[in-house]
Amino acid sequence: MTRRFTLIGATALALLPMGAFAQDKELVLYCSVDEEWCRAQSEAFVRETGINVLMTRKSSGETFAQIKAEEGQPRGDVWWGGTGDPHLQAAQEGLTEEYRSAMLSELQPWAVAQAETSGYKTVGIYAGALGFGYNSTMVTENPPACWNDLLDARFADDIQVANPNSSGTSYTMLATMVQLMGEDEAFAYLAKLHANINQYTKSGSAPIRAAATGESAVGIVFMHDAVTQATTGAPIVTVAPCEGTGYEVGSMSLIKGGPNPEAAKIWYDWALSASAQEIGATAKSFQVPSNGSAATPPEAPKLADIKLIDYDFAKYGSSEVRAALLARWDAEIGALPK
Amino acid sequence: MRAVKGRIGLVWSGLLLTAILALPWFKGGALLDSALAEGVAGRVWLLPLVAVALGLSGLSVLSRDWRIHPAGAALVGAGLIWLLLQGFGIGLRGPALPGIGVLFPTALAGQPGFGWGAWIAGIALVGALAEVLAARGFCRGERFAAFSIIGIVAALSLFVFFPILKLMSAAFVAPDGTLSLLPFVTRITASDLWSVGCLTGAGRCGVVINSVVLGVLSAVFATALGLALALLVARTDFRMKRLLRAISILPIITPPFVVGVAIIVLFGRTGVVTVEVADWFGVRPTRWVYGLPGILLAQVLAFAPVTFLVLLSALEAINPTLEEASTTLGAKPVTTFRTVTWPLLRPALAAAFLLAFIESLADFGNPIVLGGSYDVLSTKIFFAVVGAQYDLGQAATLSVLLLTLTVAAFWVQTRWLGRASYVTVTGKSDAGLVAPVPPLIKWAAVAAVVPFVVFTVGIYAIVLIGGFVKDIARLEMAPTFGHLWTAFSFEISERGVQLFGSAWNSMITTLWVSALSAPLTMGIGILTAWLIARQDFTGKRAFEFGTLLSFAIPGTVVGVSYIAAFNVPPIDMTGTMAILVICFVFRNLPVGMRAGIAALAQIDRSMEEASQTMGAGGGRVLRDVVLPLIRPAIFTALIYSFVTAMTAVSAVIFLVSARHNMATAYIMGRVENGEYALAIAYSSVLMLVMVACVAAMNWAVGTRRLGRRTAVANPAQPAE
Repeated sequence: MTRRFTLIGATALALLPMGAFAQDKELVLYCSVDEEWCRAQSEAFVRETGINVLMTRKSSGETFAQIKAEEGQPRGDVWWGGTGDPHLQAAQEGLTEEYRSAMLSELQPWAVAQAETSGYKTVGIYAGALGFGYNSTMVTENPPACWNDLLDARFADDIQVANPNSSGTSYTMLATMVQLMGEDEAFAYLAKLHANINQYTKSGSAPIRAAATGESAVGIVFMHDAVTQATTGAPIVTVAPCEGTGYEVGSMSLIKGGPNPEAAKIWYDWALSASAQEIGATAKSFQVPSNGSAATPPEAPKLADIKLIDYDFAKYGSSEVRAALLARWDAEIGALPK
Repeated sequence: MRAVKGRIGLVWSGLLLTAILALPWFKGGALLDSALAEGVAGRVWLLPLVAVALGLSGLSVLSRDWRIHPAGAALVGAGLIWLLLQGFGIGLRGPALPGIGVLFPTALAGQPGFGWGAWIAGIALVGALAEVLAARGFCRGERFAAFSIIGIVAALSLFVFFPILKLMSAAFVAPDGTLSLLPFVTRITASDLWSVGCLTGAGRCGVVINSVVLGVLSAVFATALGLALALLVARTDFRMKRLLRAISILPIITPPFVVGVAIIVLFGRTGVVTVEVADWFGVRPTRWVYGLPGILLAQVLAFAPVTFLVLLSALEAINPTLEEASTTLGAKPVTTFRTVTWPLLRPALAAAFLLAFIESLADFGNPIVLGGSYDVLSTKIFFAVVGAQYDLGQAATLSVLLLTLTVAAFWVQTRWLGRASYVTVTGKSDAGLVAPVPPLIKWAAVAAVVPFVVFTVGIYAIVLIGGFVKDIARLEMAPTFGHLWTAFSFEISERGVQLFGSAWNSMITTLWVSALSAPLTMGIGILTAWLIARQDFTGKRAFEFGTLLSFAIPGTVVGVSYIAAFNVPPIDMTGTMAILVICFVFRNLPVGMRAGIAALAQIDRSMEEASQTMGAGGGRVLRDVVLPLIRPAIFTALIYSFVTAMTAVSAVIFLVSARHNMATAYIMGRVENGEYALAIAYSSVLMLVMVACVAAMNWAVGTRRLGRRTAVANPAQPAE
């Protein structure tokens, strides 16, 4: 009996100092970029400010659902990263806080436009174009260059894309197709593409990881995610589709009623600074930063070289359009036999 | 004597008075924001509770024995009922029913969840209730037993039955928030649940069909493999017996997902085996493993050891004299096996089958990694809650279906297990020779077991090396500790030790939760076992069934039900560590209980009766006589609940938060993101920690001093 208590005491003592590293101030961060970047960014913030960061990485759709579920009593302070559409929707539904950072003047016009669209409830932190990547050891001849090439029967069961219900990446693709082709044509295209899709993943960047290891030949993702794989040595070739493509403005929002509003604003201002925005490249994330004086990593796909559509963020970020498109996707694409 | 008795109950009224007058009534309140202060400040519905506390205190001082005074019972009952009514009647954003707003206009502003004061007041009222009942002859007036029973019933109602009922009610809520039967009917008859399109070639099959097909296949293969293993170990001179027993332990300490990841590394589109085989036959490698084949493979590997343990104990319990008689009468080995051994095994086979079926239905880790487009109920529930749609009604409906399936299987299983255990406890002579297994069956068993062993060794080889090479998925085998460093890096600077590794938070929380929940699970489980085995009280059968029922509830359903029940006041606990601990305590309770019941069945009551005759109370007997005698059961319960808390995923995946993340939830995130090496490295650390902790507990609890009896291993696990 005595020994057992000794043991329990010893365990408690061993665990206590581990809790001691927690600083007085803290910040609950919902992070929707790549895990590695989330880690690097939180670590840099802890080093700089001494504020402890409690970080959860979830895809943007999931984070939006979580913030909505916690609406009664929010547990998070800042939602950092992830495609802009769910951020805009959160702003529209009043889940996030209006905040005009002093840093706004340093930002690129597209980042400020994101803030204006939402009534300053969100702001752009990076941009990236949609595209796809293929595994060059598996696709050796006649490489795909356009969206239409992906319908080819030789890619049967060999293309991966995320599920638009959970992934902002995939919702951007859905909205891009609708804007590029018109709604009915877009769904006809996606239905044809369905024959070549082997799996709709939950996370937006998972398809390119599958392509990198050869579990799939093609992954439809944001181009910077494909570049990330290529820089780690995977045989991935990044493609900007010839028909034109959409893009995301990765965003950041303050969660309304979060437990640590002061720390949240410190993060918000810091995350818009040039030095903080250069951390992404060190964590192998090659988006174009929104701070004008932050260096764009040389590996980042040049937005100027890509045929970009005039993406209507206000319309496709609104709750009604989003819900309608997703419902149609569930009924017409998600329910198809595999 | 009377006066002393009256004073015993003072502890409850004292506790109640302190809780109501001094402790913060609401969650996050300051010290003196008590029910009294809040009540005076406008929340008048708290004042009746103050009156109950004062009344009870007055009664216990003035009356000769408040416990048998009619006013005592009335006050306790009224207090409890009012506590619950006001808590559930007035939520965070105002009254649940409009009438309450008319009665108490201040209720429109709402109230936060229960704080320390409310919790302690509740505990004090439950304690007082036990006193009142014991004084009226419940449990033959045995106070300790009465406290235990009332306490456990209250806890089970709050943490097992209330969440399930709340979840079921969520299934009837329409998207606009109104309550009616229609949404449930629409959801439960949806074609994506019941469609059999995949059989006719006209689309996909529904998730219910998928789950049942997977469950039946998995249970058939796992039972067959378990039987082969058990026959080889119990009835032959097969050389690898020790290896087989060792392998049967592995799945228990294996974190979820790693087996799935290892299967992908071996059999995925670019897996080692797939590519080799495709080369031999000159065909294109395919993604065959994603979907039914992959899940089935992983589940059979995981559940065969469980069925093995069930069948092994059944085989060893068969009295050899029966088989010997058959042989003496001239039967061939095949005839003996067919007419004697097999019929005796049938109940155990059925039990093993149902156990594997329940586990397969409840399994979450394997389908999520290997499922591809093959949806099953557990993953569908997960996506309904964490997906972008956040549809609790849909999740609740699916949970009701899953629960119905597992509880039905569990009900059938307990009947079969009951019958099987009658066979094993006959105390007849064991003298006799075990009949040899017919050669044909022996070779069939070997043919089944050898691939199993090869698979298992291959998979654990991947798990062992995968975390420490550059990228196992691409077969880049340069050794590295980089993944480990990503997870567990730290720095020592002027700010003290700073832990930067991304896995520290989840590791520390996991250790805390496991260390807190294991002794609690053990304590409550053994206490429950003792109540069932040794006490007589009204409602005992219902009590026993209720405690066992929590065994059959799949983890995903528990997780969703906790979200439904504990995300809002009065019991507002999501995002805390307490909810994780509570979740594990009540999920693992039946294991400690079963181990305790089995151990108590071996011990004669006479020792306890002797102790009682000498004047010891119930608590004293339990502490001084029973507990020292059932050390092995205590140890089993402790180890089991500790290890489960470290490896379970299906329930906690819903309950983790940024502050309190758990190891398995972290690993799942890494797997989902394709960071296999990091997931594997973390898993191997977790397995090492588990082995170390189990060894430490073994040392702390000590070896039992009972001599020859061997511990009753309980192979059953709660549905994952």
